Amino acid sequence: MNRIEELFKKKRNILSIYFTAGFPELKDTVPVIKTLAQGGADMIEIGIPFSDPLADGPVIQQSSELALKNGMTLSLLFDQLNDIRKETAVSNTSLLLMGYLNPVLQFGIAGFCEKAKACGIDGVIIPDLPLDVYLQEYKELFQKAGIKVVFLVTPQTSDERIRLIDKHSEGFIYLVSSASTTGVKGQISEEQLAYFARIRAMKLSNPVLIGFGIADKAGFNKACEYAEGAIIGSAFVKVLGQRNGLTENIKKFISPLRQEMPL
Amino acid sequence: MSYQVNEKGYYGSFGGAFIPEMLFPNVEDLRSRYLTIMESDDFKKEFNSLLRDYVGRPSPLYYASRLSTHHNKEIYLKREDLNHTGAHKINNTLGQILLAKRLGKKRIIAETGAGQHGVAAATVCALMGLECIVYMGEVDIERQAPNVARMKLLGAKVVPALCGSRTLKDATNEAIRDWINNPVETHYIIGSVVGPHPYPDMVARFQSVISEEIRTQLLSKTGKETPDYVIACVGGGSNAAGAFYHFLDEPSVKLIAVEAAGKGIHSGHSAATMVLGKPGIIHGSKTMLMQTEDGQITEPYSISAGLDYPGVGPVHAHLFETGRATFVSATDEEALAAAYLCCRLEGIIPALESAHALAHLDKLKSAPGEIIVLNLSGRGDKDLATYIKHQNL
Repeated sequence: MNRIEELFKKKRNILSIYFTAGFPELKDTVPVIKTLAQGGADMIEIGIPFSDPLADGPVIQQSSELALKNGMTLSLLFDQLNDIRKETAVSNTSLLLMGYLNPVLQFGIAGFCEKAKACGIDGVIIPDLPLDVYLQEYKELFQKAGIKVVFLVTPQTSDERIRLIDKHSEGFIYLVSSASTTGVKGQISEEQLAYFARIRAMKLSNPVLIGFGIADKAGFNKACEYAEGAIIGSAFVKVLGQRNGLTENIKKFISPLRQEMPL
Repeated sequence: MSYQVNEKGYYGSFGGAFIPEMLFPNVEDLRSRYLTIMESDDFKKEFNSLLRDYVGRPSPLYYASRLSTHHNKEIYLKREDLNHTGAHKINNTLGQILLAKRLGKKRIIAETGAGQHGVAAATVCALMGLECIVYMGEVDIERQAPNVARMKLLGAKVVPALCGSRTLKDATNEAIRDWINNPVETHYIIGSVVGPHPYPDMVARFQSVISEEIRTQLLSKTGKETPDYVIACVGGGSNAAGAFYHFLDEPSVKLIAVEAAGKGIHSGHSAATMVLGKPGIIHGSKTMLMQTEDGQITEPYSISAGLDYPGVGPVHAHLFETGRATFVSATDEEALAAAYLCCRLEGIIPALESAHALAHLDKLKSAPGEIIVLNLSGRGDKDLATYIKHQNL
């Protein structure tokens, strides 16, 4: 069974962390994954840097720019991830690749699936891969490789389209918390909670993780009241950007998130 | 062979709508309604009357006799430079603002490179009393100061794009991010035949007035409705799309698109997308794209900020692939020389973009008597500093 499916079967309050590969240093990709897994991240989204990340706010934009300057490429990333499953800490962690379509297209979708599978990647999130193109052109390739393709739902997505996305999603649904690019927007509003509740009431067949604007323990806990877990991205990338004491910084960031939640 | 967009939003294998889910409701709303709105009598009436009384259309089709003598060719210039705001851009912004009003939008965003589209967007927003935010690369803000001042004077807010190379591509990224963050009352007026479907088709339709007029005007001047050649410059490709539109299905009309070769196609400083690019995704559209082997979008270069774009409209990628249009290029120097020649022979200071089209006249091997229509897409007021700087070189 795919690690993502297994994870949602046995756990709740799932913590997923996004970071940009090759940031802050080219060689940091594997150490960041290891430290996150050791610290208790259930899922890690490894960002493939792109020159023009349309759905991202300044923090992830800048991390991508720097990662590219560091020399990061998709093929180099696959090289770095080649032995990732040999790391004991990471053997059960769900690993996803998250990135924009163009680098994946240039690599070749078939080759991408093959490489991802060989590295033990469980799923992908490609925000600018439209659902209809995926279904017509790429679904078979991803399925053959056993890689789950995750789609996004936003506050403006119609119920009808949410049902369609749910029908074709595998692994989980990525609930974008507000009409926004990635990054911190302050406290979760009443309006957002109403939207989370609306989605919960739809009783979708896929589990749901809430992302975008989730930055800390309070946000994480709130999201977990409405969904199977949450995704933290920009807030974590900001911490990585501090550079000094990478491992310590990661531990310090993740440990409060993994403390027992008050009942 | 059809050169128009199909029902799925593709021109052959190019086009589509490769957008994040956050943009889906807005783009889908536009897709499902743009044709109905554009074809309604009420829209046509308002659009046509403003094109006439506000933009000053039809723009003249002018027989350039001295230029014709010089090149030993029959050359007609389609004078888009005489439009209000100085270029063809206003045809599109006017159409889109009328559409945005009918979509119930209250806030307009736009991207701009040289500032021509930004000025055209700010102009129609002032006309309609709508809020206007224009994204512009920090580098372009510095080198196009007069247009920044014009936009501000017209009441627009100019927001610098501070990421990436801080030029047109990055301004477009910022505009798209703004739309993601403001999905309800905002309409994004894209300035060229780029972006996700339906933008390329919608913008081409608004610009198609150019070739519609050419047909009528040419008929009355020469007794023939179709020329032998239509020449236009291509960055994103909106003026070319408009100038070609009503000739696409007339195989006797040879279509020539001139890209910016910058300092030379293989100099590392060029914007000749058809030569240097390969299929990829930019700003929601599959098209020819300048990129690295890793799929990172690369930075184009041209002396003309309006041709300085790493992609090209998907319709042009299709015209290129099918061979319906011939894609050539002109360097900075060739464009400058052609601009100076046009100044002296015709008393017309062309925009640097249009000067690339003029530069092709030297190389075109046309038969005696063949009629050439060249789309003079804009005027050169905005380029005075560049022209003066290079005058003595």
